Amino acid sequence: MLEITSIEKGIVIDHIPAGYGIKLFHLLKLEKADYTVALINNAFSKKRGKKDIIKINNTIEFDVEFLGLINADITVNIIEGGKIIKKLRLTVPERVVNVIHCKNPRCVTSVESKIDHIFHLVDPVKRSYRCEYCDDIIVPY
Amino acid sequence: MLKGKSLIDPSDFSKEEFREIFDLAHEIAKDPLKYKKSCEDKILATLFFEPSTRTRFSFEAAMLRLGGQVIGFSEPNSSSVAKGESIADTIRTVENYADLAVMRHPKEGAPRVAVQSVKFPVINAGDGGHLHPTQTLTDILTIEMLKGSVENKVYGFCGDLKFGRTVHSLIKFLSNYDGVRFILVSPEELTIPEYVREEITRKNVPFIEVDKLKEHLKEMDFLYMTRVQRERFFNEEDYIRLKDSFILDAEKMKHAGPETYILHPLPRVNEISIDVDDDPRAQYFNQARNGMYVRMALILKLLGIK
Repeated sequence: MLEITSIEKGIVIDHIPAGYGIKLFHLLKLEKADYTVALINNAFSKKRGKKDIIKINNTIEFDVEFLGLINADITVNIIEGGKIIKKLRLTVPERVVNVIHCKNPRCVTSVESKIDHIFHLVDPVKRSYRCEYCDDIIVPY
Repeated sequence: MLKGKSLIDPSDFSKEEFREIFDLAHEIAKDPLKYKKSCEDKILATLFFEPSTRTRFSFEAAMLRLGGQVIGFSEPNSSSVAKGESIADTIRTVENYADLAVMRHPKEGAPRVAVQSVKFPVINAGDGGHLHPTQTLTDILTIEMLKGSVENKVYGFCGDLKFGRTVHSLIKFLSNYDGVRFILVSPEELTIPEYVREEITRKNVPFIEVDKLKEHLKEMDFLYMTRVQRERFFNEEDYIRLKDSFILDAEKMKHAGPETYILHPLPRVNEISIDVDDDPRAQYFNQARNGMYVRMALILKLLGIK
């Protein structure tokens, strides 16, 4: 049986859809971490059968907004003294700034530096977003 | 109140604001000379980062007929852009010299960047394959002159609906009006982009997508033709196979209704055969004149003069 010890102080990102853990791991640049991090793939989930979990044995700051872009079911648990002291519930954000980039090569964001990359939510179920500048619709993750 | 506003996307103005512009444009069309001194101390900057003939001429003629002055460039190589200046910096500089600016740019969303950087009015004169809202003003003025109002009509669009910025703008505008229905005629490769489809679906505008023009002509009040461009196709075979499906000629016009008017943003290449030009239902050359009047109205409104 695989055993990952519980953490004293840090963050547990739970209920990540199976298969997205590694993507999230890289998005958070955890491969560069000099503290203990664990990526658990295909853990048992009552709701979905399988899920991924990331455990971070450190308090790091990151923008939880973009986790909502991946899946609003993801939970972020803040751990202190080995216990969950705060559980952050995510939402699909209405507007995201400088988190994702437009993929349309004709979009002005491909040439104009120093402008914010702004997207507006189109469909919360599909998690599709519209670029502020060229209107291209993308599903970020 | 339109004073100080910018027009980048047809959704930037309310129906009432557009009404103000069209009402003034109809007045100007009746007596253009009445407005010849309206912009005597005003300067319009025309920033054309991409070649344009008719849109630039139309704006310049509009400003000159209002008694104003025009500064600007007609291709980026003759401007500081060639030295690598950003859009934001270019427009900030121009704001010091002019009272409003017109911008055409090959990159989609470039005029939106300009608006974010300045306080004076900016008008989108076409950004890549995205939008061209002042062509829409031209189209609507023509539609109103021919049929009184835009509501309760069937609009056909034919040709390149994917990259046709005039098509996107006009569909976005019309989708706010009651009783409008669209017949979208294009090859599968050139159907409307996702954001246009999303908008008309969200607004519950009835539309069908077909790949044959002839059988639907009769139901249309207006047919908006655009050019199918060779460079949009991945191979020559597809282009040759499809191009003739989207050419309007006198033979096809026999299948159109007695009041099916033909519009085209121009320039036309071969998508409307010249044997259609003398048909009274062909209205594309009248659109150009209306374009100047409606741009005069837009300038007067954005400057708060009328």
